Amino acid sequence: MSSKTPVRHVPHFVAKVDEGGLGAIDAVRVRERKSNLWLDAWRDLRGRWMFWISAAIILLVVVVALFPGLFTHEPPNDGCLLANSNGGPEPGHPLGYTKQGCDVFSRIMHGTSTSLSVGLIVSLIVVVFGVVLGAFAGFFGGWIDSLLMRFGDIVFAIPYILAAVVIMSMFVHDRNILVISAAIGLFSWPATARILRSEVLRVKQSDYVMASTALGLSKVRTMFTHVLPNSIAPVIVVTTVGLAAAISAEATLSFLGVGLPNNIYMSWGNDISAAQSDLRTNPTTLIYPSIALSLTVLAFIMMGETVRDALDPRARATR
Amino acid sequence: MIWYIVRRILQTIPVFIGATLLIYAMVFAVPGDPLLALFGDKTPSPGLLAQLRDYYNLDEPFYVQYFTYLGNVFQGDLGTTFSGQSVNEILVRTFPNTLRLALLAIVIQLVFGVSFGLIAGLRKGSIFDHASLLISLVLISLPVFVLAFIAQFVLGIELGLFRPTVGRGAPWADLVLPAIVLAALNFAYVLRLTRSSVLETRNQDFVRMAWGKGLPTRRVIPVHILRNSLIPVTTNLAADFGILIVGATVTEGIFNVPGVGRELFHAINRHDNPEVVSIVTVLVIIYVLVNLGIDLLYGLLDPRIRYVK
Repeated sequence: MSSKTPVRHVPHFVAKVDEGGLGAIDAVRVRERKSNLWLDAWRDLRGRWMFWISAAIILLVVVVALFPGLFTHEPPNDGCLLANSNGGPEPGHPLGYTKQGCDVFSRIMHGTSTSLSVGLIVSLIVVVFGVVLGAFAGFFGGWIDSLLMRFGDIVFAIPYILAAVVIMSMFVHDRNILVISAAIGLFSWPATARILRSEVLRVKQSDYVMASTALGLSKVRTMFTHVLPNSIAPVIVVTTVGLAAAISAEATLSFLGVGLPNNIYMSWGNDISAAQSDLRTNPTTLIYPSIALSLTVLAFIMMGETVRDALDPRARATR
Repeated sequence: MIWYIVRRILQTIPVFIGATLLIYAMVFAVPGDPLLALFGDKTPSPGLLAQLRDYYNLDEPFYVQYFTYLGNVFQGDLGTTFSGQSVNEILVRTFPNTLRLALLAIVIQLVFGVSFGLIAGLRKGSIFDHASLLISLVLISLPVFVLAFIAQFVLGIELGLFRPTVGRGAPWADLVLPAIVLAALNFAYVLRLTRSSVLETRNQDFVRMAWGKGLPTRRVIPVHILRNSLIPVTTNLAADFGILIVGATVTEGIFNVPGVGRELFHAINRHDNPEVVSIVTVLVIIYVLVNLGIDLLYGLLDPRIRYVK
């Protein structure tokens, strides 16, 4: 019975090497564009007009801060003639004169470096404190975490401008750029530390961190080579916005009368503060430095926001 | 709920002590005799100096001074400035005005911020949405004193819509302009927060359900979308309040509002450091307490918060 059954020919199909599973693994398209967080973010940023506008303003501010002499030949402080007091625009003096008879445009150009250096030093302080404390708290956890974060809570409970007012009031005779930056920076790091800590807590759960632990890397090495690089993105965003806030804070402190001494440093905040009494008669001396200040702050805030949107894949997808 | 309140209050105590201690320590770390500064060029007699040192407890070690201060604070005595004024008296005189200014500012920022944010969120991508985002960006980047001067000059002096400075007794009508300036920055934050929160809420299942079962717009938007979008706005009130404190110092100084901020502003300009420190300490204490109050309110509004460790 069974012998009558015809033998069925089942064709055995053997895949060619490049069609099988192994081949698929090997078939990495070499020309495929590399993709990672930063490259994606850059591709996204390239197409945004807000990014290019803020980048252009920031570049201009940096160039003016480094070489104010390229833009004006008028001395900002010396050789001011009281005869020119509150004078209007003249050839060579496009924005007129201050109450002391100094050239407004020149003072704005020379004041740029003060604002920018305070912003940069504050950011440096905030990043160092925020990153070190936030990373340690998040990575090691336990009592280190509790201790550092409770300390952060205490510092956070003091609005940083008020703290800076107290510090600057104590340093009447030796106010300089470092002191004012420290006064602002030493009380504004907790926000950065909190953000980094929560990022580190998230990244710590990833497989690649477990893998590096399994491979026997030390905790410190794991932190620097795997955890930190993957959790630093939000810090860059807050730092950019924080730089803007620091520039604004320096001007506010100068306005309140606890900023840099106005006979030594050119500062937008000082100029705005000094022009205050002539608001009714000569508002332009107040308005021009205010525009410079606000534009700079705006540029850094815009930069921070576009970078934040570019780094956030969810925001990219829904936009 | 009761455990949430107890836990939150217990958490506030170390922050309260730490923050006041930090300010106290900062002042203490500065070399030089604060009393000598009172006399300018003159040299006070040793007897007078000794009496003053005794009066202000300056001979005691640091921690004794601090705990004496803290003890007095808990008994309602906020200390005496070096010019002999009681801090309590200064506060009684000035605090009601600051409170009125702050209340007005909070009302303005919430009413306008939430309504603009709601409309912008519901009409994402519209001209209104883009315009309000742009305006909020500009408001965030204008330092408060610049905004105050612009408002004072344009609305007060040029257009004459408001009195440029506040008159005697600080009537409500005069407070409107400084309150608008004070509210401007937080208005921008409230707007953005409401907008993004509305964007998130309006795609939630319960909102689709509400539309789906045929509820009218006038019910879906206020009850289902708006109410659930307001939770992050409430949490952020604490941060808003910090901005408000600093902003009040500047706006009260510029608009001459007889409040705590102007007192601090003038103390800074007079170089009256002890008064600066005592007012800052009081403001920090208020800030910590307001933070506690907002957290408790948050726990009341959002039951999930009470149970999270």
